[in-house]
Amino acid sequence: MASHGNKPALEVIPRDEEKIKKIWKTAFILLILTSIEFVFAFTIPRGLLLYGIFIALTIWKAKYIMMVFMHLGDEAKPLFYSIIVPLIFLVWLVIALVKEGTDIFHIRW
Amino acid sequence: MSTTATAIGVSPKRGVWGGGNEPLKASYGKLMMWFFLLSDIFTFAAFLITYASIRVSYPAYAGPADQFVGSNEYWPVPEMVFDAIPFTHSVHPPLAFVGLMTFILIMSSVTMVLAVEAGHRNDRNDVTKWLLWTLLGGITFLSCQAWEWTHFIHGTDGGSLITYVNKLGQVVTETVHGANLSVNEYGPAAFAQLFFFITGFHGFHVTIGVFLLFLAFYQSAVGVYERRGHYEMVEKIGLYWHFVDLVWVFVFTFFYLI
Repeated sequence: MASHGNKPALEVIPRDEEKIKKIWKTAFILLILTSIEFVFAFTIPRGLLLYGIFIALTIWKAKYIMMVFMHLGDEAKPLFYSIIVPLIFLVWLVIALVKEGTDIFHIRW
Repeated sequence: MSTTATAIGVSPKRGVWGGGNEPLKASYGKLMMWFFLLSDIFTFAAFLITYASIRVSYPAYAGPADQFVGSNEYWPVPEMVFDAIPFTHSVHPPLAFVGLMTFILIMSSVTMVLAVEAGHRNDRNDVTKWLLWTLLGGITFLSCQAWEWTHFIHGTDGGSLITYVNKLGQVVTETVHGANLSVNEYGPAAFAQLFFFITGFHGFHVTIGVFLLFLAFYQSAVGVYERRGHYEMVEKIGLYWHFVDLVWVFVFTFFYLI
């Protein structure tokens, strides 16, 4: 009767240290990958190799953010694919516009 | 919720997609946030791919990086453009300040995911604490960006000698300081335009995120979510905030590194 008129308070579940450890581990990986990008920016000469490494590291980081921080990996498979599969259109856009830019370069210079 | 599946269940006449169940096992709000983010991914991708397209249409600066001079004849080296830090005028550590901004945003993403985790446990104190840290991270990031924009617009002491078509339609050669939408001391006009649009649109998203975070922080602190019985709002705002971080990861690579 003590709680009469009040909504029952939510039960607080104790911390799961494993989960929290995983979050900090992911954060650490993100910081390491960013540091690697930083070091490479000043040690590897500019060129396709360096740009390739940068893009690979960036997509790697994006994977961690989406799968661990945004929990996309834990969602139902249809939801996962309905977010990931449409991104395939971007591949076309990259190819089309980079080719366009290269052609403009050849005409202009 | 999976507990409602037996109560409503799969309609024998209409099957899984006939309604009354949740095939994607996520709430309406979370689904709509995901599909909004998908559309936003396309928007930012369009911006960044446009950057790539315009960039390859200009020659890259070919000389040694430390002898870089701004010119609209070639694309600038980003590490020589973004080399200023606040409170000092004499040292120019390349990319140091933007590295700090990246660090701040990643850390605020970590505190956000800790807030979401605390929300799953209905732990009001932890949610409020981590949301406050995230809010502080967001505000710090925006302040850094404001400083960076100010520096970019005002430019360096020396400026660069640029030949361009001015507002009266005359071809002029003069020393240009800083940047605006028609001419800048760093590179082709498109360089500053893209800088303003891409980092500006991202900063706009961060600003919206800071408002949302403040809302969630306030509501969590006064117990709105506790009375509601769940912390799903924190989860949805968390998705948005991680997305902002995700976009910055790409902006950082394509604008500042490549």
